[in-house]
Amino acid sequence: MVRIEMKRSMLARIVPGFTSLVKKGPSGQMVIIGMIIVLALVIMTAMGPWIAPHDPSRSGVGRIRIPPNWQFPLGTNHLGQDVLSRTLCGGSIMLQVSALSVLLCFAIGVPLGLFSSYVGGFVDSAFSLVIDAVYAFPGLVIAIAIAAMLGPGVVNMALSIAVVYIPSYFRIVRSQVLSIKELTYVEAARSVGAKWYTILSRYILPNVVPSIVVVITINFADAILTAAGLTFIGLGVTYDIPDWGWDLTNGRTYISSGAWWIIAFPGLMIILLALGFTLIGEGLSELLNPKLQR
Amino acid sequence: MGLRSYVITRVLLTIPTLLLLLTMVFLVMRVLPGDPVSLHFEKKADPLQMEQMRHLLGMDKPLWAQYFDYIAGLVDVNYFSAHGYPNLGKSMQSFEEVGGQVFSAFPATLELAIYSMIIASALGIPLGVIASKSYNSVLDHLIRGFGTVTYAVPVFFLGVILQLIFGVYLHWLPTGLRINPSVVPPPTITGLYTVDSLLQGNFVKFFESSKALILPSLTLGLILSGIFIRLTRTNMLETLRLDFVTAARARGLKDSTVTYGYALRNAFLPILTMVGLQFAMLLGGAILTETTFSWPGLGRYIVQRINFRDYTAIQGAVVMFGLFVALVSLIVDILYAYVDPRIRM
Amino acid sequence: MNCSTPSFRGEIAKLPLLEIDSLAVDYRTSRGTVHAVNDVSFFLEKGETLGLAGESGSGKSTLGLSIIRLVPYPGVIGGGQIKIDGRDIVALPEHEMQTFRGTKVAYVFQDPMISLNPVKKIGAHFVELIRTHEPNVSKKEAFERAKTVLKNLGIQPERINDYPHQFSGGMRQRIMIGLAIALNPDLVIADEPTTALDVIVQAKILDLLESLRKAYQMALILISHDLSIILERCDKIIVMYAGHMVEYADGTELHGRPAHPYTQKLLQSIPNIELSDQKLTAIPGSPPDMLNPPNGCRFWPRCSCTMEICRVKEPLLISIGRNHLVKCFLYGEKGVQSE
Repeated sequence: MVRIEMKRSMLARIVPGFTSLVKKGPSGQMVIIGMIIVLALVIMTAMGPWIAPHDPSRSGVGRIRIPPNWQFPLGTNHLGQDVLSRTLCGGSIMLQVSALSVLLCFAIGVPLGLFSSYVGGFVDSAFSLVIDAVYAFPGLVIAIAIAAMLGPGVVNMALSIAVVYIPSYFRIVRSQVLSIKELTYVEAARSVGAKWYTILSRYILPNVVPSIVVVITINFADAILTAAGLTFIGLGVTYDIPDWGWDLTNGRTYISSGAWWIIAFPGLMIILLALGFTLIGEGLSELLNPKLQR
Repeated sequence: MGLRSYVITRVLLTIPTLLLLLTMVFLVMRVLPGDPVSLHFEKKADPLQMEQMRHLLGMDKPLWAQYFDYIAGLVDVNYFSAHGYPNLGKSMQSFEEVGGQVFSAFPATLELAIYSMIIASALGIPLGVIASKSYNSVLDHLIRGFGTVTYAVPVFFLGVILQLIFGVYLHWLPTGLRINPSVVPPPTITGLYTVDSLLQGNFVKFFESSKALILPSLTLGLILSGIFIRLTRTNMLETLRLDFVTAARARGLKDSTVTYGYALRNAFLPILTMVGLQFAMLLGGAILTETTFSWPGLGRYIVQRINFRDYTAIQGAVVMFGLFVALVSLIVDILYAYVDPRIRM
Repeated sequence: MNCSTPSFRGEIAKLPLLEIDSLAVDYRTSRGTVHAVNDVSFFLEKGETLGLAGESGSGKSTLGLSIIRLVPYPGVIGGGQIKIDGRDIVALPEHEMQTFRGTKVAYVFQDPMISLNPVKKIGAHFVELIRTHEPNVSKKEAFERAKTVLKNLGIQPERINDYPHQFSGGMRQRIMIGLAIALNPDLVIADEPTTALDVIVQAKILDLLESLRKAYQMALILISHDLSIILERCDKIIVMYAGHMVEYADGTELHGRPAHPYTQKLLQSIPNIELSDQKLTAIPGSPPDMLNPPNGCRFWPRCSCTMEICRVKEPLLISIGRNHLVKCFLYGEKGVQSE
């Protein structure tokens, strides 16, 4: 009985139907709009290589810095690359970096948080001390330091971003577990001899999942912005790979000459992608905030 | 627990945290990459030159001795009193003292951080209060939308746009540097140009340095204000629902008293903690802002050193960031204790 | 369906202190509208005590809060009148409402632990209250008055400079009561004033409230889920169920001759130390989902006397004796006026 109850509530929390989200008012609508934006950009990036009118990495498909026209709807950049093609394909690096870093954070942060808080005692204190120190440190500074040591590249960017966000997962999991562990029904389950993995999978995980979902979406948004930041200071990819971050970084030099289109479109794309994830995260966190529920 | 003993405990607790932080920096910058010197030369230099550099930087010693040197250098009081900055080792590029370079770059970052923080709070906290007061109305949605969008804008993109509008098109404001190059910077007292020029009584310099500050601090402040709006709004919404707020209303207290004296004063404590944490994020944003605006601070220093593969300098700057964050969180915690009577008594 | 103002008011000529007429309070949530208070009418004279009894979710707190117009978001007063001294406050501008609160009507909340501003000293609470409503009073004077109130509450006046967290729950509730009576209001609404307190403190707080009420000649509305407390201390009693007023009677009448099956069940669930072999019964089932209340009488799914008509039609509030109203088909189908 209890198990069925838990499963249903878990389902209802993770995969809320769109209709029920709409009914939940502005916060639910924020989640939906965010999902649509993210989905649209992911599809656009996946289809990019097929629908792009030009090879996004080839320089000199046209003259340099041509303003938007019929041949190049978004103009060309300072290398004579087609801005439209680069905009269509340019999301792949950011999506790869952010997805990889989220995966890494999740795979390390969640088990570490569960383990640490479940074991408790000295292990927990030691872990928490280290994690808190990382958490309090400026994220971008850590990411830059690590990326500077590792050198440019997708995997290295993802790794350096992951180090920054592991503490967020660890902390949220730990605080949730600590409060759930004391709840009566968990104590009851333990008192009748439930195994630790039973308690973990049936009682603790379903309760932790909603908060983790929020952290994941915010992590995605931050990872995208951090990846853009790392690219900006020269720790990203090279010119022959289409990337919004690269376009934004290298196009800004030409803006004083009036070539706004080189950075406007990739910049807009980064904002949209980060905004999509932020909307999901913010909407969800308000929906799940117990202090604001009536 | 009295306020004094709380402060003392908190200060003492900072020491292990700092040690941990310094150790982690050492692990990432020295141990993780294997050999920073060969990384510096991209393995293309001749072994003798590399050996020479290792010897000069003390990197030919075993790791534990390097670690000891690193920590000992930081707490070396004699060095500090002789130079005016801690011993952070020597630069791989120029063999100059990293401490000196980092300390001279720091005030620019501090000034930028302070003004950004002022802009972010002046914008974010009132907007958050207004949004929470008009919960679920059009105004609330607009403010919330503004906060969400600013959060999603890359700092440097906003910076470039502001440069374009106010610098390139309108010619109103300078788009880089701390002060007009034709103006001699004020004598260094605090290192903050706006403060120093006022102390000197030179209003031209104050005007010029303030003008240069507007765009960078507005860029960073706007980005940060989104977070402030969200934090203030959520905390106010939670506080406005608490019984003591309703009870205050039930006693017929004025709306302003209830909003500010009751709700905001209590929501202020969590907001203060969050602001302390956001300071770290502000410093991250400062790196990108400084690079955008050629602002000669710690952030631009790091970025320049990355291009030279000057790992000892990067390490020094990261340590400086760490010390600064630890100091800010200490101050915030003490302020918190001072504001909250439950700790103060 | 629509029940007019009760006819039991008789020939009282003077204006009652509080008169509520077919009041409706709705919560307009995103999932639908909850009619938390539905068609409630009653009146209260100066110095009278009225008890509001019912389970949690019955709308009794919402009713209490609507009298000072502080129904929490997203609640709105959907219809009806609330007259204080003959003046309808439903449409009153907010700033005029503020002058009513604290001076005319005061409210004591359930949990004293969270009803005081944690960053303000006790004295500041009083000074602020007095000076808001009487701007001419000096700070010093207000402070002295606060000390007198504290003394009357049995709290050392020296503790006026303490913060709320330095007091126990019972003491804090005394302070809340002190804040309520400080400006000598005509009506005090006490919403579960003792629920959050220890049993021993409970009686003391209620006694304090009672003696102050008498001393200051205030009217009192006591809201509680505990019918025994209300029976002990109130002249008039309203029993609420799922937003409806299901029974109204004088205290003795209700105790001796409970009419509504719900009231009867509530009375049976009160333990009585004088009856050693008393059979205590709990009410089966649980209160209805207020988003989808049952058709007909809202109590029928839990009632032991359910008839066919109860499932389809909502009974009217009918009079079954002097000052005794009940909303139940057991006493006639159309609401036959027996008086």
